[in-house]
Amino acid sequence: MSGAEIEILLLSAKVALAAMAFSIVPAFAVAWLLARGRFAGRALLQAVVSLPLVLPPVVTGYGLLILFGSQGPLGRFLESLFGISFAFRWTGAALAAGVMAFPLLVRPIRLSLEAIDRGLEEAASTLGAWSPVVFLTVTLPLALPGVLAGVVLGFAKALGEFGATITFVSNIPGETQTLSLAIYALMQSPEGDAAALRLIALSIVLALGAVLASEWAARRLQRRV
Amino acid sequence: MAPLEIDIRGRAGSFEIAVRFAAGPGVTALFGRSGAGKSTILKMIAGTAHLDKGRIAAGTRVFFDSEAGINLPPRARGIGFVFQEGRLFPHLSVRRNLTYARWAGRRAGSRRLDEVVELLGLDAHLDRYPRTLSGGERQRVAIGRALLADPQILLMDEPLSSLDRERRAEILPYLEAVANETRIPVLYVSHDTDEVARLADRVVAIENGRVRAIGSAAEILGHPSNADEEGFTILEGRVIAVDANYGTAAVQIGDGSIELSAVNLVPGNSVRLRIDAADVAIATLPQEGLSIRNQLRCEVIAVERKGNSTEVALTFGDERLLARITAKSADELQLATGMNVVALIKAVSVERARLLS
Repeated sequence: MSGAEIEILLLSAKVALAAMAFSIVPAFAVAWLLARGRFAGRALLQAVVSLPLVLPPVVTGYGLLILFGSQGPLGRFLESLFGISFAFRWTGAALAAGVMAFPLLVRPIRLSLEAIDRGLEEAASTLGAWSPVVFLTVTLPLALPGVLAGVVLGFAKALGEFGATITFVSNIPGETQTLSLAIYALMQSPEGDAAALRLIALSIVLALGAVLASEWAARRLQRRV
Repeated sequence: MAPLEIDIRGRAGSFEIAVRFAAGPGVTALFGRSGAGKSTILKMIAGTAHLDKGRIAAGTRVFFDSEAGINLPPRARGIGFVFQEGRLFPHLSVRRNLTYARWAGRRAGSRRLDEVVELLGLDAHLDRYPRTLSGGERQRVAIGRALLADPQILLMDEPLSSLDRERRAEILPYLEAVANETRIPVLYVSHDTDEVARLADRVVAIENGRVRAIGSAAEILGHPSNADEEGFTILEGRVIAVDANYGTAAVQIGDGSIELSAVNLVPGNSVRLRIDAADVAIATLPQEGLSIRNQLRCEVIAVERKGNSTEVALTFGDERLLARITAKSADELQLATGMNVVALIKAVSVERARLLS
């Protein structure tokens, strides 16, 4: 692998990992609300969460640009408060990847939370555990296979995100040019075919590895339960 | 330990629950048909089911008082709850399940893990996971887990009903051991007369969410409306003599005595006997030359025909006895209330319901 290819790979991994690291907690919270919450706007929340899955990615990317761009309300707010800027930065690519992967993260977590026998939590409370402890010792461990499945799916999605990313933060080598964007750029140039194929092979290996690793981890978790 | 006093009103599905009773140390059975509201009452005591009005307290420890606005969460009620389906934590080993109340519930225990493990015969299973245990083993772990929560009150919701007959027989001795050993109030929900006869010191009969009767196992289970197809009588008495050669024992019951074939009985101990109505024959005069060892002089207090058989309620002294004979025999003997008869019971058909130490 050439230096440029390693750089693309590392950048993609950084973007996808950051996307997962920042969306896992909100995704769990939303999954919890959808699985356990009894409130009026539940159906609406479900629809909004699924939106990135059904909207054209370009629309999502444009929405992010309007909200989080250097002139956008949220973008300016975050810039002034924390000094975080998203416009044409890798952080923007991570944000786009995180938003696009969000519904894929929420769904398996929601399903695994719904599958938990509430009677087990009740049993824990009769044994003296207060709710945060019940959550940490019963709910969370039992939801773990779902969390794992969600993270793997989300990570794969984040690694390959294209439409929203290129719309929001463009295609800047070394900054926002992740794996898919690099393949796309190479295919635009007449002598990029061979290099593009190498990146395509690399992404297949990565995807396969991620799926196999998650299968193995899921089986290890499942063995006990 | 102060008795648990319960006075509650609430809804359970389609009907109203309104019960009032007390449970002192020892086993109090909540006994009644499925759907009578027994389990809901237990959940209300545990704090996992809503209740509208009332008061639940053990001495100065108040769990619930609608007037004072007290409603302790389940974790603060100092209870141990054994669920019908066990509800073991599937991701934790038997050891971690047993000690859950210690490491997650912060309950300091007076009981040691190894004592409970020995009491319930769980030493070989500590490192296994619930999925790999048999139904009976699972229920034993569930009982141990509740005991190790250092409960001031133990609540058991039909802990044997998910098991087949053989598994039940396997667990009952463990439950008896727990019942004999523990000094706290144990509330035991069941619709099974055998279980209640063996375990309960007191029985609260529940019907449609209300208390129908409170009394000893003998009083409640001997009540004719509880006698199912196979009616029976529970008698309490004291062992007065043991014949080791023949494996028989005599038990004093009221003024009379009953001989039964039984081993392991100790003179002076209290026992409960169960006599199936169909094992009691009736003669109008004392008989001679019979293999039947028990002949009790009784008075007929009720005769009720049920299809082709007749149920005869008898008394001897202050005790009651139920006999079931064919309608034909009853007619030929011309049995009627007030008649003096002799009840014949084979020693081998008297079962020991439970040994009270």
